[in-house]
Amino acid sequence: MATTTLPVEVEKKIHEQEALITGAEAIAIACKLANVDVVTAYPIRPYDTVMQYISQLVADGEMDCEYIVAEGEHSQFEIVKHASICGARVFCGSSGVGWMYAMEALTVSPALRVPMVCMVGNRALDDPGAFGVEHNDALAVRDLGWLLTWVDNAQEALDTALIAYRVAEDRRMLVPLAISCDGAFLTHSQALVRIPAAEQVKQFLPRYDRGDLLLHPDNVISVAPQANEDWVMEIRRQNYAVTERACSVIREVYADFGRTFGRKYGNPFFEEYLTEDAEVVLLGMGTLSTRVRVAVRKLREQGKKVGFVRLRWFRPFAGPEIAKCLERFKAVGVIDRDFSFGSPNLSGVVATEVRSAMYTGASTRPPVLGFICGLGGREVTVHDVEKMTDIVFEAAKGVTQPLTQWIGLRG
Amino acid sequence: MGQLFAVEIIYRGVFQKTLAKNITRGIVLAAHNEGKLGISFGRYGDAPERNGIPAKSFAIIANDEQTLEAGMAQYEPKHVDLTVVLDDTLCKGAESWAWYGLQPVHHALKSGHTLIVVSLQDAPTLLKTIHRREEPYKLGILKGVTSFSGMWVYKDDHTDVRVLGAIAKALPELVSLKSVEKFITEKLKNSLKVTSTQTAYQRFTAVDVKPGKGNPEELFNFELLPWENMRNGVSIPGQPQGGPYADPVTKQTGGFRPARNELFKKYSTRTQRPVVNFSTCTKCTLCWLDCPDASFDVTPDGTYDANLEACCGCGICEAVCPVKDCVTMVNESLFHDNDSQWVRYKKDPHTYLKWLEKTIEMAEPDEKRSHGFRYRGQYQEQLPEALEVARKG
Repeated sequence: MATTTLPVEVEKKIHEQEALITGAEAIAIACKLANVDVVTAYPIRPYDTVMQYISQLVADGEMDCEYIVAEGEHSQFEIVKHASICGARVFCGSSGVGWMYAMEALTVSPALRVPMVCMVGNRALDDPGAFGVEHNDALAVRDLGWLLTWVDNAQEALDTALIAYRVAEDRRMLVPLAISCDGAFLTHSQALVRIPAAEQVKQFLPRYDRGDLLLHPDNVISVAPQANEDWVMEIRRQNYAVTERACSVIREVYADFGRTFGRKYGNPFFEEYLTEDAEVVLLGMGTLSTRVRVAVRKLREQGKKVGFVRLRWFRPFAGPEIAKCLERFKAVGVIDRDFSFGSPNLSGVVATEVRSAMYTGASTRPPVLGFICGLGGREVTVHDVEKMTDIVFEAAKGVTQPLTQWIGLRG
Repeated sequence: MGQLFAVEIIYRGVFQKTLAKNITRGIVLAAHNEGKLGISFGRYGDAPERNGIPAKSFAIIANDEQTLEAGMAQYEPKHVDLTVVLDDTLCKGAESWAWYGLQPVHHALKSGHTLIVVSLQDAPTLLKTIHRREEPYKLGILKGVTSFSGMWVYKDDHTDVRVLGAIAKALPELVSLKSVEKFITEKLKNSLKVTSTQTAYQRFTAVDVKPGKGNPEELFNFELLPWENMRNGVSIPGQPQGGPYADPVTKQTGGFRPARNELFKKYSTRTQRPVVNFSTCTKCTLCWLDCPDASFDVTPDGTYDANLEACCGCGICEAVCPVKDCVTMVNESLFHDNDSQWVRYKKDPHTYLKWLEKTIEMAEPDEKRSHGFRYRGQYQEQLPEALEVARKG
């Protein structure tokens, strides 16, 4: 409870504030609260909003960090990689083909155990040049040892950024982490966000310490020497060990986040909406959740028992838990804001992963239908969701449906 | 399973890559004249692309497809029927980017089989260098200088077909002289080369090497750690800085010796080594400054001693040294240790300088030859002589 007797600065330190900010701004504020040491930037929409907000925080004297504008995304990610190995807490990010241009730097950082935290402002990959959201950019690193999470509102963006530093910098982890924010829908729209006090964040987020992996004159090591086939497999196994631990570390951090800030997220890996008595569910990632929730409520008014599962963490993919969750429904529809051309059943990435998780983890296997939807920033409308739900209900009745369908497509 | 043969060619990376490939191809194509099947391949890795690094090429030959497939179902043959060494300085052991530690040249050679070395030296001299082993083998010398045949502009000196002739003699079950001749006539279309292979076949002999005979040097080895025991983050401990060390005679400390990686010694990469005249050294620092491998120790005297565990024999020190005959590159095969030259000099300067003079003299002219070539046109100058040696066998 704020008291009028305290000076403004002190009040800011110990009390939560409320502000009307975008998802990108929320992440910028999280960087300030996390006391990030090195930020690298290179403009590309929609990621560039976060670099603008951080530069403003620096210019206003609210944030103290090395702010480096690189000459391209490859350098942007290389710089934070090196800074991180030298013990700096780092932040960077990109979008679409900018992220792809950094690909070499992105591939090397998991093996080097670099806990860089990045924001991917999801954007369609060129060509055609387009600004709108598509998830293929961030998904390009899905097999490489990165942690990948999708958020659906500005509050979650801020909270997840703080959680991201705790998870990535955990000594059991030390791997890069990307927070995916849907371009425009999240990065550019303002919402009311509760900003935690700096003191609380300090309590939640310990100092970054990479121990004997620190590159420093007092800890003489050589990083990234050339190795032949006698070593590569063992190095990959080390990253595999990180993925084995990832789920339990994330669960731990979310529990601590809830205790510290009083905002509880429940199951960290996915959020269930009206699934308790649902016959069928839709599953998706990111901001399309708003439309889906509205549609679900509307459909329930018509007596259609549909629910929604929003996936928060794509890597690690909480396979057994997701399979256990989904096995109880009569049919599942997965909404992919991405494509995976030539994949099994020609489905999107998430549908393919869900089916794979179900094959081994579920005791019953309801039909899993894939929907490709909302590409290139196209709106996923309430009507689209209704249409997908109808198809899923048909499948639940036993009427065979195509395993992959494009929704909201002309023609 | 039918009969399976594996032949290994050990060569100097880059310089002899084409020659080695030509030989393994020749083995396959010649054996194919007898209805046999085979493949020819290089040990995959970075090594063959790097100057002078020991590298390997293989030929696998079988009577039928299934046997051949069995021979192919491994990265490189663990046991070979014949090993050919194309540069006698390699007899000191192969230790490349890919292997760690030092392996004797007959590492994979089956008991009782033949090791062929292209060399001007005789068997007793080579056995001072070739490591001893438990199983007996045969050592055959194909007289010749280290050949660059097939490398860009260097002229063909028939080393490829001479090696094939020697192989036909050493292992006739693999391939007969007749099949080799047919291959040369039909594929290489060169009757002079047929003569070369016949001569090599006729003159090639091998001596028996009894178990335990050879260089008693302990081979250094390397432990491949399980993944749990490896450091994370693709990181390895760095080397400490190093520091001053003692004069063997006065016991006074001084100078600077950098600490070096105990697990990575470069001496098998060397085909020549610098010998240093410490009495004429002007301490100009150029050798130390320009050495790409930081292999010079600064002695307590302020002179520069090439550390032979770190030196890869590139010859840059000789090229930059402004003093005549202060640093001279000499063929590696003339040396049998890696001891400090400076320590020897300090203990007995007179004897050392006499030895130095003799060593440099001995190095003329062929021994001076190396993969590093000391001046433009040296190879062309030496080629007639090399061919003469080959002709005489």
